Amino acid sequence: MSIQTRQMLEVREARKERGWHWLTRPPHRGEDPRLKRIGIHIALIVAALIAVFPVIRVFGTALRPGNNLLNPTLEIIPRGATLDAFHHVLFETNLPNWLLNSLAITMGTASVGLILAATSAYAFSRYKFRGRSLGLTFLFATQLIPGIMLLVPIFLLAAQLKLTGTYQGLVIAYSVTAIPFSIWILKGYYDTVPIELEEAARIDGCSEFQAFRKVLLPLSLPALAIVFLFNFLAAWGEFFTARVLIGGREELLTWPLGIQRFQAQFQTQWADLSASAIIVSVPIVILFVYVSRYLVSGLTLGGVKG
Amino acid sequence: MLNLGQAWTAISDVAWTVAVLVIGVAILEAILWLVFVKWRKSALSLPIMLLTPAIIGLLVLYVYPLLWELNVSFTKMGIRNFVDPGFLGLTSDPQIFVGLDNYRDVFTKPVLKQTGFYQLFAQTVIWTVVNVTLHVVLGVALALMMNRRLRGRTVYRALLILPWAIPAFASLQIWRTEFNFQYGAVNQLLGVVGIAPVQWLSDPIWNFAAMILTNVWLGVPFMMVITLGGLQSISQDYYEAAELDGASTAQSFRAITVPLLKPVLVPAILLGTFLTFNNILVPFFINQNELETSDILVTALYRAAFQFSRYGFAAAFAFVIFAILMIFTVFYVRKTNALKGAYE
Repeated sequence: MSIQTRQMLEVREARKERGWHWLTRPPHRGEDPRLKRIGIHIALIVAALIAVFPVIRVFGTALRPGNNLLNPTLEIIPRGATLDAFHHVLFETNLPNWLLNSLAITMGTASVGLILAATSAYAFSRYKFRGRSLGLTFLFATQLIPGIMLLVPIFLLAAQLKLTGTYQGLVIAYSVTAIPFSIWILKGYYDTVPIELEEAARIDGCSEFQAFRKVLLPLSLPALAIVFLFNFLAAWGEFFTARVLIGGREELLTWPLGIQRFQAQFQTQWADLSASAIIVSVPIVILFVYVSRYLVSGLTLGGVKG
Repeated sequence: MLNLGQAWTAISDVAWTVAVLVIGVAILEAILWLVFVKWRKSALSLPIMLLTPAIIGLLVLYVYPLLWELNVSFTKMGIRNFVDPGFLGLTSDPQIFVGLDNYRDVFTKPVLKQTGFYQLFAQTVIWTVVNVTLHVVLGVALALMMNRRLRGRTVYRALLILPWAIPAFASLQIWRTEFNFQYGAVNQLLGVVGIAPVQWLSDPIWNFAAMILTNVWLGVPFMMVITLGGLQSISQDYYEAAELDGASTAQSFRAITVPLLKPVLVPAILLGTFLTFNNILVPFFINQNELETSDILVTALYRAAFQFSRYGFAAAFAFVIFAILMIFTVFYVRKTNALKGAYE
């Protein structure tokens, strides 16, 4: 009998003596007892299944062949699985163009919004001036405004300035509406960075602006990443403003406006819709995975670093 | 198929807009620099230069539209009375001026075809309270479970964040198809457990439940991530000290976790309330049969403005909705001190 086997048997004997205690007592300091850990795993697995279930379903639907679309079934990989739907939406519809349109708009607005917010948040965080609390209150109050409320006047203004039916109005509208929330998040984060660092840089001969750009901005990378992600998310899936400002111009549609078309004849285009949903989610999930390491550290709410 | 010509138009359109914005801001900054740095030698010239572009943007896209709405809310402007409301839409035409009638109508006449303000308000309150409560309870519970020494923690986190990472617009289309009576997965799953299929899309009560189910699925990850951040910022020393003093797990949860989590959760709940109260995507897309029992205030506002084209009425309605949320916020902030530290 080898040493390992003997040790194993000894452990087993010891467990028998202790009865069920090995299940309920923590094996190491700072760890939970086994029973509790099993319970936690079960709860988390159930939650993860619920979170992932629609995603799995979408893959299943997208892979279905045309003659199997309306089969009420729960099987994950359908019989006769095929990539036809992906091929169809990528090569026979305008989805690639819609995606590219959305990507161009989203990158443009997320960058412009981030720059405007990063600089304004610095002013709010580091300077005292008249109208400062009024400004912060106003920025906060904008979050209470139902977005739909501003749509009619913004549309009329854009129409008067000949900015409808192009991306110009949309890019400006997205960039500016992203500012208030971004300023709040960034100001909250800047507030947690000690001002002494910038003062030291000033003594070393940096200008005010250089202290901001070379000291504070690099330190605020997590918050900047989060704000970029939020602005990206908001513009990527936006529907109502785009519908009003772009109107019916076929070549300008963003993907949310575009895949609405697959909905028109619900039954025949179920697979197309699913395939598109997967394709449009890919860029954002990649971005999310990339930024997610900042997700916990970069999100500050109410001046408390989360 | 990718049409390169169209793609080029789109990219150049956006690039051109960004370039115009950048040049505009550069000219603006040059003027500000001359005025405040060279001429006035102001100590606040940097914040002025940093803030001005954003302020101009906010004036054009928030302040101006709000003034326009305020002006129109005193008129009977609609698709039949589409009168140019004057200079920049900010003066008023006596022909369509109706004073406070719209504000009175919000409370006395049906907002939609049959449903009036009070029912919509009640539906919105139920929608918001149920959603935010479930978001917080489930989000905190999941975060507490994940904030332990646990195998596969990163895998769980990646999977549980998915509903947030997928664009809500895409997942809403999917959820709607899954609520389909005959082919949707939800009814089939119920069938597996032996429950009769449910009319998720046409029955008023079940449609409301479907909306809430969808929104809970969408919103829990955000609360979970916020809570996880809060939990990780609590020093482990507190728990060890409590353990040495003989505190039970429940005691240290109540005495350490809850109070130290509060400053993170209180503003998160406020933000969650705004997002839920003003959420138009979920009630709009899950309720495809236009059941008025599934409308909340903001979707009713969308219908009043864009389906019934009652601009004057919709403007007044919008201010009422804004006021409701404002009153709630003032009470909430007073009671919980949610914005403590934000003004320092």
